[in-house]
Formats: sequence, C-alpha cells, structure tokens
Amino acid sequence: MDEASLAGPRERALAEAPVRVVSARVGLGRRLANLWSRRELLWGLVFSDIRIKYKNSALGIFWSMLSPAFTLAVYYMVFSLFLKNGIPNFVVYLFAGLVVWNMFLTAVSTATGVIVDRAALVKKVSFPREILALSNVGAAIVYFVVQIVVLVVFLLVLRHAPAWGYLWLLPVSFLALAAFAAAISVVMSAVNVYFRDMKHLIEVVLQLWFWLTPVVYSYENSIAPHLAAHGLSVLYFLNPVTLVVVTFQRIFYVTPVVHSTVTGQVLNILPTWSFGKFLELNLALLGLSLVAFVVAEAVFGRLEGNFESEL
Amino acid sequence: MTTVIEVRGVTKQFTIHHERHQSLKERVLHPRSGSTELFNALRKVSFDVGVGETVGIVGHNGSGKSTLLKCICGVLKPTEGQIRLRGSLAALLELGAGFQPELSGRDNVYLYGAMLGLSRRTVDAVFDEIVEFSEIAPFIDTQVKFYSSGMYVRLAFAVAVNVDPDILVVDEVLAVGDERFQAKCVDRIQHFQREGRTILLVTHNADQVRALCDRAIVLDGGDLVADGPTHESLRVFRERLLDDAAEHDPEKLLGTIQIESVTTPSGSFEVRSGAGAQLEVTVSSRGAFSGNFVVEVFTRAGLLVSRSDAQGAPVNLVPGANRVAVDLPRLPLLDGVYDVNLGVVDALGHTVVAWREGAASLQVIYDGRESGIVALGAAVTQL
Repeated sequence: MDEASLAGPRERALAEAPVRVVSARVGLGRRLANLWSRRELLWGLVFSDIRIKYKNSALGIFWSMLSPAFTLAVYYMVFSLFLKNGIPNFVVYLFAGLVVWNMFLTAVSTATGVIVDRAALVKKVSFPREILALSNVGAAIVYFVVQIVVLVVFLLVLRHAPAWGYLWLLPVSFLALAAFAAAISVVMSAVNVYFRDMKHLIEVVLQLWFWLTPVVYSYENSIAPHLAAHGLSVLYFLNPVTLVVVTFQRIFYVTPVVHSTVTGQVLNILPTWSFGKFLELNLALLGLSLVAFVVAEAVFGRLEGNFESEL
Repeated sequence: MTTVIEVRGVTKQFTIHHERHQSLKERVLHPRSGSTELFNALRKVSFDVGVGETVGIVGHNGSGKSTLLKCICGVLKPTEGQIRLRGSLAALLELGAGFQPELSGRDNVYLYGAMLGLSRRTVDAVFDEIVEFSEIAPFIDTQVKFYSSGMYVRLAFAVAVNVDPDILVVDEVLAVGDERFQAKCVDRIQHFQREGRTILLVTHNADQVRALCDRAIVLDGGDLVADGPTHESLRVFRERLLDDAAEHDPEKLLGTIQIESVTTPSGSFEVRSGAGAQLEVTVSSRGAFSGNFVVEVFTRAGLLVSRSDAQGAPVNLVPGANRVAVDLPRLPLLDGVYDVNLGVVDALGHTVVAWREGAASLQVIYDGRESGIVALGAAVTQL
C-alpha cells in the first residue's frame, strides 16, 4: 500500500475520535472517567512500586510478611505475656486488627510524599497525577492480601475457625477501608506539595491514630464503659478505621465475650452486634468512604493546578 | 481538513516565589509575607493545527514555547483558555523522564507505554520493533540505571515513536544520540509526515524547522507573533532575535549598521546555472566598524543550500554609506528561485549586528532535466 493512501483512513478515523480538552477546570465526572481510562497505568505503577521496593533484597516480598510478623510478635509479648491482658488467643485478635491498620498506615504514609518524590515525572509526563497516590494504596492492598494469606495459615495452624456467617462482611469492610485510605492518600499527596511538613506531621498523626484504634487493646473491655458513661461512644466510632478493625476482629477472632486466662473473669472483647448491624454499619461506611473519595478527587483537582510552580 | 489541535486563548500564569515559605512553621509565622510575582508565560495564544500538518514552534529561550507544548500535552493546565485535542498524542519531552532507574529496560518500556496511554497488549505487539529501533537489544533486561545517557534517550524515543500516535510532539530532542541515530529519528519523523500524522516540533534550530515544517509559529515573550508559512515565520523570528539582541547589546552596535539595498552590476538577478553572480550591497554605518559578512542561500522550499559563516578578511566599514561586493563565483544549481540572506557579524563572530532576510532572490536558469538542488550534469555512456 502506498503511503498517500494511508493518510485518508487516518483522517476519517480522527474526525470521529473523541475530543480531549485541556483547560484550567476539569469537571469531576471527566476526572473520574480519565482516572478509570488510565487504570492500566495504575496496575503498572503498583507492580513497579513493589518490584522496586524489593529489588536486590534476598527475601523480596517476604519482607511484607516478616516485618508485620515481627510487630505482631512484639505486641503479643508486651500485651499478652508481660502486661497479662488475659485475652485468650490474643495473637489472632491482634493479627486481625493489625492487617487492617497496616494497610491504612502503609497507604497513607507512602502516598503522602509521592507527588513531591516523583516531581520529575509529574512535571514531564501527562497522566492523572492522583494515580501516583493510588498506586501506593494499590501496593498497600497487595501487602494486605499477602498478610491475609499469612493470617489464614495462622488460623489453620491454631485450628481457630473464623465466624463463617460473618465472612460476607469482609469484602464490604475491605472496600470501605480501601476507599477511605484512597481518599486520605489523594488529599495528603496534594497537600504535601504546598506544606512539606505534612509528610512528617502525618507520621505523628498516624501514631496517635493507631492508639485511637482498638488494635492492641479491646475497645469493649478497656474504654467503652468510660466513654459510654460520658455519652462519648459515638466520638470513638467517628474513626472509620475502628469499624473496619472491629469487623475484622469479629470475623477472625469470632467470640465477643471470653473468660480471662489470668483471672477467669468474663471479658467483653467485641461489640455484641448482630450480623445485620455490622452489615448496616459497614455499608454506611462504604458509602461515606466513596463520597470521601469523590470529594478527595475534587480537592486534588483544585490543588493540582499549581503543582508546577511549587515542585 | 479536520482540526486535531485547537488552541483557544491560552494564557499560562506562573507564580514566582521570591521567598519560599513551604514549611508549616514558616507559613504560620509569615502568613502573607514572601513576595510573589505573577508571570505570564503565555498570553492569549490561539491557533489551529489540521490533520497531517507539521508545525514548527520557534522562539528563543523564555519565549514560552516549552510551556505551550506542555499545555498541549496536558502536563500543565492553562490558567485561562482551553486546548482541544483529537486523537492520541505522544510527547517527546525530556526523553526518559518517566523511566524508573531501578527497573529493567523491558519493564520500563511497558511502564512508559502505560504512561503514554497504551495497553499491555499494544506494547506487546510493538515490543520487538521498539527494541530494534533503540539498538539496545543486549541490554534490554539490564536495569536502566546502568544505561548510558545515549541508551536512555534512544529507548525512550523508540517507545514514543513506535506507539502509533496521531499527534507527535517533539521538544528539542532531535539533538540526541550520535549523528546516525539523529538521522534515523529525522527519517522516522518524515515517515510520520508521509503517513499523514500531525507533528509539532519545538526547537530554536531554524534549519530543522525549515527542513521539516510547512508552517511555523513564532512565540516571543509569551505572545504569538507569527503564524504562517515557514520562511515567513522564520523571517519574523530572526528579526525578533535581532530586536532582542539590541536590548542586551553592550556596545550599542545594533541599529548602527543597516543593509540598505542589494543590486547586481547588470541590474538583473537572473543567473545561468554554473555561472557566478555578484551582488553589490549598500551598507550604511553610523561609526567605523570592522566585521564579517554571513551569506546564506536557500531554496524556495526552505532548504539551506549554503551558508558561509564570516570567513575571510574582515570588511572595514566607515561612517556613512559603504559599498560591499558579495561574490558568488559558482552557482551550479538547478532551475529555480533561490533566496539570499545577508548578515553582518562582529569580528569574533559572536554578535549579529545587522541582518537582512531575503536580501536578494536569484533566478537560476538551467536547461537540463535533473531534479534536486545541484546541477551535477551526470551523464551515462556505454563504454
């Protein structure tokens, strides 16, 4: 085929091609559509992030199991062996909460600095910038899945069956957590461009946040009575991670009420909500998280216009 | 003709921070301090590019040409106005910016492809071509951080040109690699032209624009000052360069010398091919000046036939009108009109003090039937 005849079809095809608009304001709908159309880039970035992180390390992705396992061991020793909190099978309780917290922590703490760290890319290549933050959330989800696999192995070894009936909560709760982590990550990555302190500030905030989430202690057993006495229980549950942690603990740890291994007393470990109540709360959280994500996208869109003069 | 790029009233404003208060403490302590200044890198720029056009964007440093290009690619968002694009776009801006040094060449090809908006399957289909074009096949599984800078840009260029873009945007990147690779790149761009793709070429190399573009846009200080056929736009570009140089001219030489008129002894600008031509140039000078002449000859299509850069003994200009003879002893050219540009530079050749674009047009007459530029008079006989 001679080349002159190639020009014709190209022109015809182009006449029907969709028009892309570059302007100061991009509508939210178009933003989300753009994001969706570039999902392959998101997968590409997630896997390159993981590959780069474990490149040249002998144990590779095993580190994403080893380091949480170490944390788990430390908390187990401190709370169960030294402080004798008396919770039976405490390691399962701890693990169920830690996988949730680890995902949130990894996503938010890595995503906050990502736009600044990848400034060279942001200033040279055109793509929806929030994909960088989302790729960190994606990597955190991959580590989360790896840790869930380890948790399952743990349960098999300990012959500890999960609450089968509650297992259906898992995808809902997980999606709510992922959407919430994505919302926070997207906003923080943009804010950090303007306030570079955010990267350090977020580490402090995340530490505090960890202790406000019932991962290493039991909400029902330690602080629920005190908060309830002042009518402040709702305040505690304003932390979206708490609901996800409690749901995971309910699924994997199973029993809300146990007998202390130390004193033999009855311990209220988890809320005694029914499956319906759990589902309702998790669906509500999922809805709110999705709204938060859309709001985060809008905020990011407002902030990204000035990136190049700040980077 | 279908319009593929529509630029409408694009203004890009940058905020320049003179003192940066980027940490929270500083922002809290100095909520409103830290002087900022608004700077317009582009002011109300509008133009259209049709399908299959090759448009050069020229301008000196700081004219806003790279900003315009980044806006078109979507790397920057215009402060005002909008750009509408039809079809896929691949940009060669700072080649290899999207590469991850820790990953292998192979992984980077896929990642860079994804950044340009390609699916994995599409990259799979052209992967071998990319590797072949980049000429780094033995190192494709080596981490990119071990690549030489030449290998780096070659791979990036190979990805960008093999992705079948409808619009190709090229920014000063044709200066990469060795001469042979550059020729290959230019060849690939010409191939794109023949296929009817649209190309935007940003450069301050006027020769490259002349060689590749049918149309050129000139930017100066953020304003679009010319948009038209390449040779006309380039004339504006060169005049602007001179005006600009005048502002930074320490010895105030510029404007003191003017190339007034060009004639020939016979009064005719017709030359027989192979014969010579003599141009008589009238130069007015306000002071005594010793400098050299630059002579350029172009075809009407904008191809440089010859440029003599300030060779030979300097010409001593005296105050008032001077007459200078420019001898072109042999013009072995084919039939056609050739434009002559004249310039005066200082003795060191650093500063252009006068320039006359299109100082004369020579009509060369040739009876043979060759095509091209030079009359070689090739003949074939049986031995």
